[in-house]
Amino acid sequence: MEKVDRELLKAVADLHDVPVGAYNIRKNSESAGRKSTENIQIITKEDKPGIDIRIAPGTRNESVHIPVLITESGISEMVYNDFFIGEGADVLIVAGCGIHNSGDQKSEHDGIHRFFVGKGAKVRYVEKHYGDGEGTGERVMNPTTEIVLEDDAVCEMETVQIKGVDSTVRVSRATLGKNAKLIMTERLMTHGKQIARSDMVVELNGEGSSAQIVSRSVGKDDSEQVFNPIAVGNGACRAHIQCDSIIMDRAKIRSIPEIAANHPEAQIVHEAAIGRINGDQLLKLCTLGLTEEEAEKEIIDGFLK
Amino acid sequence: MLELKDLKFDVDDGERKLGIIDGVNISFPEGKFIVITGPNGGGKSTLARLIMGIEKPTAGAILLDGEDISGKSVTERARAGLGYAFQQPPRFKGMTVRRLMNIASGKELSKDECCGFLSRVGLCSAEYINREVDQSLSGGEVKRIEIATLMARNPSIAIFDEPEAGIDLWSFSMLVETFKKMQKDSKGTVIIISHQERIMALADYVVVIADGKIAKQGTREEVLPTLMKEFSPSCCAMRGGEA
Repeated sequence: MEKVDRELLKAVADLHDVPVGAYNIRKNSESAGRKSTENIQIITKEDKPGIDIRIAPGTRNESVHIPVLITESGISEMVYNDFFIGEGADVLIVAGCGIHNSGDQKSEHDGIHRFFVGKGAKVRYVEKHYGDGEGTGERVMNPTTEIVLEDDAVCEMETVQIKGVDSTVRVSRATLGKNAKLIMTERLMTHGKQIARSDMVVELNGEGSSAQIVSRSVGKDDSEQVFNPIAVGNGACRAHIQCDSIIMDRAKIRSIPEIAANHPEAQIVHEAAIGRINGDQLLKLCTLGLTEEEAEKEIIDGFLK
Repeated sequence: MLELKDLKFDVDDGERKLGIIDGVNISFPEGKFIVITGPNGGGKSTLARLIMGIEKPTAGAILLDGEDISGKSVTERARAGLGYAFQQPPRFKGMTVRRLMNIASGKELSKDECCGFLSRVGLCSAEYINREVDQSLSGGEVKRIEIATLMARNPSIAIFDEPEAGIDLWSFSMLVETFKKMQKDSKGTVIIISHQERIMALADYVVVIADGKIAKQGTREEVLPTLMKEFSPSCCAMRGGEA
């Protein structure tokens, strides 16, 4: 494995080498390694680029890593990955995309991830996006995520984009069955002239379903961010949307949380806040010996942790 | 040693200048436990903020071991050995108690060390160490963590701005014990701004500030008996915060 690959793998999947368990590494639009296990089958799609990941019912304490690396300038790809998580399974899925663009052409990875989470299954999904490279070519990622949670299924989804992606449009859709639970945490930092947009629609259909959506972001320099999470209660459900942003420099941030109830027992709450770093927080850390720059970094790191 | 020389702090309200601190001279005796007290609005908290560099004086000097530090930043003063516990400490989304304690002490504290500081302010430590210093903590908890961070920092001069403000009675008794221990063990200078008789009773030295001036200063034995007579008892009663 080359140095650039290792660095990208570490940034997007916390991996130092090939992972343990099932994995599929995609590099520059080609497969660069794959391993299925007894319970987790990774199969190449025949009709379009992408893979099916089939997790057998009852699979527990296993993980799947599916990192995507792009190190050539000028690559543009659209990938379809479908996850079928069997009843009662409990698994960790680590996805992520790293683009190292040292050329002057745009590199783009667009992915459509669909999750079919069976009855009583539990999945934790972590997705990190990262870009670097000294080239002037844009680094673009547009992830679409669709989640279907059957009765009693639980999905914890964590998406992180901290550095180096010039343009992102994230689209997430989820439907929840009876007693299903969705926890979505989105962390984003934009800098330079980056643009990020996140649209999310969560349909709470089943009785006793619940959703918690937390978005934390920091906008620096001349970057722009737009958040539009929507929670729709179609049954006796609970949902909470929280959008919290720190704005700096000349950044622009729009936060548009939307809640809708189509059932008298739907309880849905939203909160949204955008503000500068609190002066007292900086001051407090300065009284502990940090410089203002160190204090600012500490506050942002904690906020996005 | 920390000395204030003819320290002044004015604010301009648009029409006239108001002297918040009006020519204060104090030599804080080294290694002693000093309580600054006086009526609300008298300038006590402002004085503490001037010492820490949060406010800049209009005139006069702040000498630390003979060097005027009044032009120095908060960070520089912190690094020179000054510590300051906020009256209303800020909260931090995402920062754990442990991280804050580590920043304060300037090194990675072991779990035991970190817990040690927390139990000294009456927080059941195992429970708190990984909690975030955010809105999920009560005002009293944040306040006690604030005091624990200053203990972890262990500055040569520690300033506490009304540690009792926002703390319930039970926690306050615990706090008095904490300060008692500090008074006995601390080698550094401790300056506490307080209205509390039980904290004043620990003082080696008492400074009374009223209307931006020093009304009285001296040893506890010199000041306290007259203080009780001169000021109404209400100034020593249990109170909430002072702006």
